[in-house]
Order: sequence, then C-alpha cells, then structure tokens
Amino acid sequence: MAFTAPLATARSATDIPTGRLATWWVVVSEIVIFGGLVVCYIMFRLHHTDWAEHASHTSTTAGAFNTFVLLTSSLFIVLAHQAASARDLKKAFRYIWFTIGGGCIFLVVKSIEWTNEISHGYTLFTNNFWSFYYVTTGLHGLHVIAGMVIMAIISIGVKKGEHLPRVEYIGIYWHFVDIVWLFLFPLFYIAK
Amino acid sequence: MTMAESTAATESSHEVHHHKEPDFWSKYVFSTDHKMIGMQYMFTGIVMALIGGYMAYVFRMQLAYPGEHVPGFGTVTPLAYNSLITNHGAIMIFWVAMPILIAALGNFLIPLMIGCDDMVFPRINRLSYQIFLISVIVLISSFFVPGGGFGGAWTAYPPLSAQSQYNLTPFGAPLWLLAVALEFVAFLLGGINFITTTMNARAKGMKMYDIPIMVWMIVIASLLFMASVGPLIAGAVMLLFDQTLGTTFYNPENGGDPVLWQHLFWFFGHPEVYVVLLPAMGAVAEVICVFSRKKLFAYKTILYTTFATGILSFFVWAHHQFIAGIDPRMAHVFTVTTVIISIPIAEMLFCYIATLFGGSIELRTPMLFALAFLAEFLIGGVTGIYLGSSGMDIYFHDTYFVLAHFHYTFFPIAIIGFFTSIYYWFPKMFGRMMNETWGKIHFWGTIIPFNCIFLPLFVLGMAGQHRRIYNFKNFPDLATPDLHNLRIFATWSAVVMLVFQIPFMINFMVSIFRGKKAGKNPWKANTLEWTAPSPPPHGNFKELPVVYRPPYEYSVPGREKDYWPQNEPN
Repeated sequence: MAFTAPLATARSATDIPTGRLATWWVVVSEIVIFGGLVVCYIMFRLHHTDWAEHASHTSTTAGAFNTFVLLTSSLFIVLAHQAASARDLKKAFRYIWFTIGGGCIFLVVKSIEWTNEISHGYTLFTNNFWSFYYVTTGLHGLHVIAGMVIMAIISIGVKKGEHLPRVEYIGIYWHFVDIVWLFLFPLFYIAK
Repeated sequence: MTMAESTAATESSHEVHHHKEPDFWSKYVFSTDHKMIGMQYMFTGIVMALIGGYMAYVFRMQLAYPGEHVPGFGTVTPLAYNSLITNHGAIMIFWVAMPILIAALGNFLIPLMIGCDDMVFPRINRLSYQIFLISVIVLISSFFVPGGGFGGAWTAYPPLSAQSQYNLTPFGAPLWLLAVALEFVAFLLGGINFITTTMNARAKGMKMYDIPIMVWMIVIASLLFMASVGPLIAGAVMLLFDQTLGTTFYNPENGGDPVLWQHLFWFFGHPEVYVVLLPAMGAVAEVICVFSRKKLFAYKTILYTTFATGILSFFVWAHHQFIAGIDPRMAHVFTVTTVIISIPIAEMLFCYIATLFGGSIELRTPMLFALAFLAEFLIGGVTGIYLGSSGMDIYFHDTYFVLAHFHYTFFPIAIIGFFTSIYYWFPKMFGRMMNETWGKIHFWGTIIPFNCIFLPLFVLGMAGQHRRIYNFKNFPDLATPDLHNLRIFATWSAVVMLVFQIPFMINFMVSIFRGKKAGKNPWKANTLEWTAPSPPPHGNFKELPVVYRPPYEYSVPGREKDYWPQNEPN
C-alpha cells in the first residue's frame, strides 16, 4: 500500500518546518552521546598525565588537514543549500557531491593515519588512551559515513527537484559532525 | 504561500479519507497508524510484564523455600537466580514501564489529544517499534544461549558485568547489553516523534497552556530521556568492547575505572525514574479531574514543578553511589540536591490532592487506581528521603529497604499507572466499556497484596537483609524464623497478586469483544480524544477539531453541563 503522509506532517504550529525541528532534536541526542564520551575522556586524561606521551604519537598534521577538509565540505553543503533554495538543481547536485568528496578525503586520510598507528603497535588495546582514541574517532567516522550515504540519497531527489528542504537538514547534521571534529582535534591531536 | 497558509489550505479541503481497506499485514504488522503502533507497544509490554512477573514468582519462591522445587520452573540454581533477578529488573523497567507508559500511551494519545490525524513521522514511528521488537527478540534469545541470560544485576556494574569469569554468562551479557542499546535507539526515535508532533501538529487554536497535562508529561519525559541516555549509550559501547574485545575502560588493573560506569549509568538512571514517572502522573491528572468533576488545581504550577523536577533530576545521580568511594563532600552536595528534588514532586502531589478537595468524587475503577497511585507513591517518595541522606544510606545501601523503596515508586508508576490509563482509555481504544465489578475486584486484589509484599521487605531491610543473596539459610543472622516468616509472607502475597491479574486479563479480553458499547465520550471528559469516534478510525477525526479553551473546564458556574469540551465554540 502506498504511503501517504498524514496532515500532521504538514502542520507547523511553531512556524519551523517539521523536518528542521526533528533534525535539531537528532542533533541534541547526538550531542549528549558524544558529550558523554568526550567528558569521560577528559576526566581520564586529567588523572593520567602519562597519556601526553601517547598523544604525541598522533599526527597533528593529518588532523589539521582533515579539519581543513571537513570545514571546506561544510562550506560546500551551505552552497548546495543556497543553490537548492534558488532551485538551481544542477548546482545543488554538484555541491552535494563535492561535500561527499570531502567526506571521502577525510576518511582516506583517517585510514592512512590508523594504518600508520596500528603498524607502529598502537592498537585499540595498547592502553586506555588508544581505546578512547579509536572508539571516539571511530564513532565520529561512522557519523561521517552515515552523512555521506544520506547525502547520496538526497542528491537523487535533488536531481528530480523533490524534497529540496532535505538539503538544509542534512546540512545541519553535517555541520554537527564537523563541530564534533573541532572538539576531537584539539583533544586527541593538539593536547600533548 | 507560507507553510501555515498551505497547511490551512490542505486542511480546509480535507474530507474523510477514502482509503481502501488495508490487508492484514499492513493493518496489524507494518502499520504506520499511531494507534496500531501504540497497541503493538502495549501488547508487547503486557507480554513482557507476564515474563517479568513469572521471574519474580520463581525467585520469590526460591527466597521463601531455598533449594526446593519451584512449581512451573524446577530447582533454581545460583546461576539461574542471578539471571532471573537481573532480567526481572531490566524487563520491568526497559521492556514494560518504558514501552507501556511512554511508547504505548504516547503513541495512542498524543495525536488524539492534540487533535491531528497521526504522528508527524509515521514511518519513523513504525521503525521505532520494529527496533524495539528486535530488542525484545535479542533479550529473550539471550536466555537460551550457553551460560543463560545475563546475571550481573540490572545495573550491570563492572567488573562483574565486564568479565565473564565473574558473571559466568559469556554470551548472555553482551546480548543483554545489545538489547538495551537497541531499546534506547527505539525510544530516541519515538521521542523525537513525540516532541516534534506536539510542537508542530497541534490543532488550530491550541496554545501552549491548552495542551493536556498528559501530553506535556510525555513530551517532558521524552526530553529527559533524550538528554540523559547519550552518555549511557557511549558507556554501553565501552562496556561491550570490554566484554567482547578486551579493552580496559572499566578495568582498574590497566588504568580503567569501574566507578565511571556507575556515573554513566546513574546519570541516565535517575532521570529515567522521572521519564516513567511523568506519564503516570499525567494519566492520574486526567483521571482525577474527570472523576472529581473539577478543574485541575494549578495547571501552570504543575507544569513548572515538572520542569523543576526534570532539571533537578540531572543533579542527583551520585546518591546511588554513596558507598562507591566518592568524596564525602560530594556526598553532601548530592544529599542536598536529592532532598530538594522531593519538593517539586511533593508540590505536584499536593496540587492533585487540592484538585480532589471539594469535588464530586466518583469512585470508578480508573479513579480508584489514580487515588492508589497517590497514596502508594507517597510511601515510595517518603522512604526515598531516608535513602537520599548519605548517613542513612551507608546503613541501608543494597538492603531490602532500598528494594522496597524502589518498588514503592516503580510499582505505582508502571503497574498502577498502567491500570489507571487502561481502565480510563479502554473505551477509546476498543470502543467498549470494561466491567466495573471485575475492575474493582482486580483493584483490591492488586493493591492489598502489593502492600503485603513490600511492607515486610522494609522490615527485612532494616534488619540488615542484603539484596543479592541466593540462599538466606547460609547466613545464620538472617535465617531466624522471625525474618524467614516475613519472607514467606511476602512470597505468598506476590503469588496472590499475580493470581488476581487473571480476572483483569479475562475482563480485558472479554470486554474487547463483548463489553457495553462506549460511545464517543463515556466519561464526559473535555480533552480532544473524546470527540473522536470510539475506536477512532484511520485519520482519527471526521473533521479535525479546533480548540477554544483549556482542557480542564469542569463544573463551570452558569453552565448547564458540568463539562465543556475543548472544541465546543461556546
């Protein structure tokens, strides 16, 4: 049976579109997940001065490059949103795929980093610093992948001119993923 | 055309939907209708409650008659005992209280009470139930793996929960954790739906303070859940890695910290109490207004105290950890916050009692349960003040006093709250009335044995009986006839209470098919769900309602009728 959206979905008592509202609530629930993880890490870090030694083995250069890549991809999704609002479908489609490209570069750099670290003997089990490092950046990486998949799906709709507000919603999510990285970068790459 | 205008345009042209009759699968199994999803949650919750109740019966028999054959189970081994108490706790909270109070009532009531045709995201709603169902299947299958179901207590403290050489359930433990994590995901999806629906899909004219308390409570509960569960999801991933991969987040030998889990667990665990309490409070508010024909006393105050409770509930978690080696100065802080949180809750109860004052009270079954909720929860709340004081808690910690206190809060919430709601909203759900006489028999058969189970447990707790003991015969101080007779009394009370659920089940099933036709508004209530047909069809309302006034205008002077539905122009 074909699904027809109920009237409720179109209502907007707050004057905020329902999709945007829901995206923000998703972001809120994600903030507490990452927040919990980051706070645990910080509490441990304060009690283990010896972790500075381990932290010095993460590559600040790679981290900085990835920060740059993610921030640029965020710019692209904003441009995609702008193009979608102007109903410039081709441009919006292109910018969405630029954003996905940014995500790809991020993941490639990340996997080179991980390979490097693992081949030097720093694995998930080396000590708790490395456990936190792999779990936290890994969870973040999963969010990057999820964002890319959703963007690819949205881009199909954009091509047909359907569901254009979704470009904005994925943009909110992508910025969130970006901002999480802005916390992880100093915590795992700069503080030594 | 703006969003609001386009909505108005579609709604004015809205007529009764002429859907073709959906087949069995899309009507009952893969439905996106909020009412059907609510029913799915409710029936799953009831089945889980039966499983949880059966577990309680088995380990209570073991406690009363240690080592003897338990009818319907066999001999309870220590391993089985651990698994039973762990899963009884987890099931009753995560798979009974949560799905029934939040998910079932929230799904069924929110769109009806705010006057719209469905949730704003019906397919996410369906996904939420499907993930929940998977979590149920994972949990139940964990009972049948080698080693049996998880046996590290429902709070899952490491190192007991993290290392299988301690909990002896190498497969049960990770499966249990996975089930809990899936259940959290299901409720996050559901919660986002509840909050967005209430914010955006309200009927025309329904302002913030026209929203029924029930809906407010479910929304605030969803917010609390959303804001508190994140750290535990992160913590659960860490624990799962400790269990299965061998990381050492919680292992002190390698620089980990077992108390970290306790912080993460209770940072969620305490708000969780309010997550399930608030919907029960909401249901009670609706019922006492209708059956005392009075306006809810201090609607806004109740709302503000709810917000205060919600915020404070994030600052009390360490009162579960007074003997976990936390700094005594911190213990003082948490004692103070814990005692403070009793103020808004007490204020709420006072508002409810003030609502009753001077009303024309009609003791129908839902009202009896609502009144019992107030009385029993009061005992739970007052004993909580003993435990919240760090000095007292050092003696009482992990005794049956804690257990009895806990059940005096959660039993009123999950069981009495559920019965209040089901007896009250049954006519709306199924279009027929339940039998009053059998309802009253069920009421007294539940409430009296309930007190007979847990009052003796307070006494046992004060005598120093520890919570997690398999066989008290091994402890001469606790095996005296005085204490043991109390244990036997509590066990038989539990059996009596379980037996009295049979009339309820029969009444429930028979009334669905044979009950008296209810009509639209059998209780003469004001809120919008009573303006829809019973049971509401797909799309809920023939014509979407418009709201003109707050929900509790009962016995307004100068009016002929003693109620004034929200959608009547005058």
